[in-house]
Amino acid sequence: MDAESLLLSLELASGSGQGLSPDRRASLLTSLTLVKRDYRFDRVLFWGRILGLVADYYIAQGLSEDQLAPRKTLYSLNCMEWSLLPPATEEMATQTSVVKGRFMGDPSHEYEHTEVQKVNEGEKVFEEEVVVQIKEETRLVSVIDQIDKAVAIVPRGALFKTPFGSINVNRTFEGLSLSEAKKLSSYFHFKEPVELKNKTLLEKADMDPSLDFMDSLEHDIPKGSWSIQMERGNALVVLRSLLWPGLTFYHTPRTKNYGYIYVGTGEKNIDLPFML
Amino acid sequence: MPSSFRNFFLLTHFMEDSTTLKQEKENQELVEAGQPWEEMVTASSQDPESGLSEPPEVEQGPEAGPQTRSSPPGIPQSGASTPVDDLTGPGASTPPSPPQEPSTSLSPLALARQDFMAPWQSNKTTSVISEAGTPPSDHLEQPSDKGESTSHQTCQSEGNTFQLSQQTKCHLYGPRDVSYNNSKEKELRFAISQEKDSNSNYDLDQPESGASEMAPNMLEIAIQNAKAYLLKASSKSGLNLYDHLSEMLTKVLDTRPENPVDIIENISQDVKMAHFSKKLDTLQNENEMLPTYEIAEKQKALFLQGNLEGADQELEDEITEHALPNVMESAFYFEQAGVGLGTDETYRIFLALKQLTDTHPIQKCRFWGKILGLEMNYIVAEVEFREGEDEEEVEEEDVPEERDNGDSEADEADEDELPRSFYKAPQAIPKEESRTGANKYVYFVCNEPGRPWVKLPAVTPAQIVIARKIKKFFTGRLDTPIVSYPPFPGNESNYLRAQIARISAGTHVSPLGFYHFGEEEGEEEEEIEGGRDSFEENPDFEGIQVTDLVESLSNWVHHVQHILPQGRCNWFNPIQKSEEEEEEEEEEDEEKEDEKGEEPDYAEQEVGPPLLTPISEDLEILALMLMAAD
Repeated sequence: MDAESLLLSLELASGSGQGLSPDRRASLLTSLTLVKRDYRFDRVLFWGRILGLVADYYIAQGLSEDQLAPRKTLYSLNCMEWSLLPPATEEMATQTSVVKGRFMGDPSHEYEHTEVQKVNEGEKVFEEEVVVQIKEETRLVSVIDQIDKAVAIVPRGALFKTPFGSINVNRTFEGLSLSEAKKLSSYFHFKEPVELKNKTLLEKADMDPSLDFMDSLEHDIPKGSWSIQMERGNALVVLRSLLWPGLTFYHTPRTKNYGYIYVGTGEKNIDLPFML
Repeated sequence: MPSSFRNFFLLTHFMEDSTTLKQEKENQELVEAGQPWEEMVTASSQDPESGLSEPPEVEQGPEAGPQTRSSPPGIPQSGASTPVDDLTGPGASTPPSPPQEPSTSLSPLALARQDFMAPWQSNKTTSVISEAGTPPSDHLEQPSDKGESTSHQTCQSEGNTFQLSQQTKCHLYGPRDVSYNNSKEKELRFAISQEKDSNSNYDLDQPESGASEMAPNMLEIAIQNAKAYLLKASSKSGLNLYDHLSEMLTKVLDTRPENPVDIIENISQDVKMAHFSKKLDTLQNENEMLPTYEIAEKQKALFLQGNLEGADQELEDEITEHALPNVMESAFYFEQAGVGLGTDETYRIFLALKQLTDTHPIQKCRFWGKILGLEMNYIVAEVEFREGEDEEEVEEEDVPEERDNGDSEADEADEDELPRSFYKAPQAIPKEESRTGANKYVYFVCNEPGRPWVKLPAVTPAQIVIARKIKKFFTGRLDTPIVSYPPFPGNESNYLRAQIARISAGTHVSPLGFYHFGEEEGEEEEEIEGGRDSFEENPDFEGIQVTDLVESLSNWVHHVQHILPQGRCNWFNPIQKSEEEEEEEEEEDEEKEDEKGEEPDYAEQEVGPPLLTPISEDLEILALMLMAAD
């Protein structure tokens, strides 16, 4: 959610039950403006909160002018002092995929994972157990990256693509209409598109190249991994991801307010197909 | 003229090609000629005959005011003829609107225009005749679609004829080579095209005019198609693009905002909204906003009922005070911890709870929590009835059901004519009595504050046992069947109740010493065997240091009975067919239970009985379970 509309956004997203305490909110308001100034970000998003056993991580992301450029991620334990996280790499993802369970809350905590590796010594093949240490910070980075790629969403029309290729915030975005707000196809993944080329020609004909340049939620697998609810009658639409429980996206139809926040344990819900 | 100018650039607006605006210079000439531009653009506000006067006039044309679609349909046609003649005169170079028109001979174009215009219903179209005669290419269409860019080039015939031949695809915002004498207009790309007044444009156009005349028919047809497409009325709104674009451009020229190219979408929306503010809104919005109004009405009732009944309830104040907790206060504390639903939602829940206590004879009521579902959510209230009759109704319904189950099992075994199965289904473990064990509290749920509260049925041990094995999402509708393996006996309301029971049993804790067992209840020995199931607030509780509470988990104890693997809190021995618990056999069974790992119930504590077991014991069980899973 945008740091500038933090209070309103938190109110709108509070239906999921997890929010922020007043002192955290107040400290966020001040610290995020400072972050924006120090790092020269164009927009700062409060990404959410990952619950750990001992402490929680508060995550913020900074965007530059081009909305789809790689974002810089910062974390903090007390909402005041923010530290920059390294960008996520593929290697990190594979490395941390073996770590399961809750986050500890201590960024320097190291998970130990024993791997059995085959070591060739001459003609003999030994199997050695290698203990790999994975830092929690790395795990944090890759989890945030996964969540972003999987479930960070924006409504259609909120961003537009200029002919030069850069993606900007659409200042004239008036919000989705009520009928559009209930459809999954009006929401896009906030990342580089992957499936656009696979669309049929018919679909492509209807697409507006300046608005439809990201993947929509319609074809997410598994089907039904999003729960759309209207709260307060039709005054607020809330999307919750079932794949990453804790990700809440809210939008007030016909207004510019929208945003997403993740408050959860940072664990993917791999039982999803059975739970539907 | 203003209209013509407007029309002109409206047309050019749609042209997307970067065709040189030199053609535009022709426009200028035409403008000067005062020729009305026959345009596809319907936004003709002024009489087409105003023609193109000097460029300054032209500029001011659009500023004259919002497009007034005054030009009657006939005008274009009539106007077409006259401008044709006029076009020859002045060399208004920048045709205000029509983007590109391939240069064609004036007359053929004019004629074509007239023909074209006839079928158009749009009365706004100001006819601007491109003297060039090249039928305007589909300036209005997507740029790349028409390949008429070349044709328009030739459009302009210097002098009189206004060349609508701006390139068919003059991009409104596209770069225009046309020199624009009006610096202001330069910002509006399309305007640039029009404002050319240099005669140099003529030169460019002229050589091209010859070429364009080669395929006037195709161009005409293409232009007609383009224009027809643009005039096609939208099924939703009744507008068509042609009119809309001309209106938009008129508005831009009238208001002359800064950086219009950046806010053009906003302008477009505003123009649309100006249309629709009248009738369609009420029709369309009614359906959409209905649920909002419904729920608002219901919640208004919530707010009002508190006011109305306040006066009458003075007598019952004492009872109601005890019954209803201070939801707002507890919400405040939760909010400090970062957990909460938001202040107004909590207040509505408070009002809904108040309504619940008013309608049912409730002794104690508590906001238990909120469960998220796929389509709707559940708000759960934990309620304890007064020693009264409401519970009995439920019991009566359930008891006959259980008896039937028992009988049917016996019947099935006897009636088997096929090889008799010796299998006798294990006797269903009876559910616990109300007010005891897992059914100690009654739970009410509602989907949203303001909706009616629904009472959840009591939970049976079988449901708890199976609920432990499955993991399903809630949909939000209580009658949804639960399809799972192992099959869950019941629908969503039962599953919800079972989960609530499990959550309560596992997680409701209190500080050590807050509750203690009443000391006046019978013999302690007997009670230990059965498991103490009641407690009272400890009046002598002085509180524990916060640091102690945080550091050590042993300072927190469960105050809800643990649910045995059997699904009950109090052990029921299924071997015996009687439903009474006999103490002797219980002792033997208790030992077995200990081995099964039901220690928390029977672990000894300084505090005492198993009910108030510190949660530090939980970790051992959790560890055992995890190890077993690995």
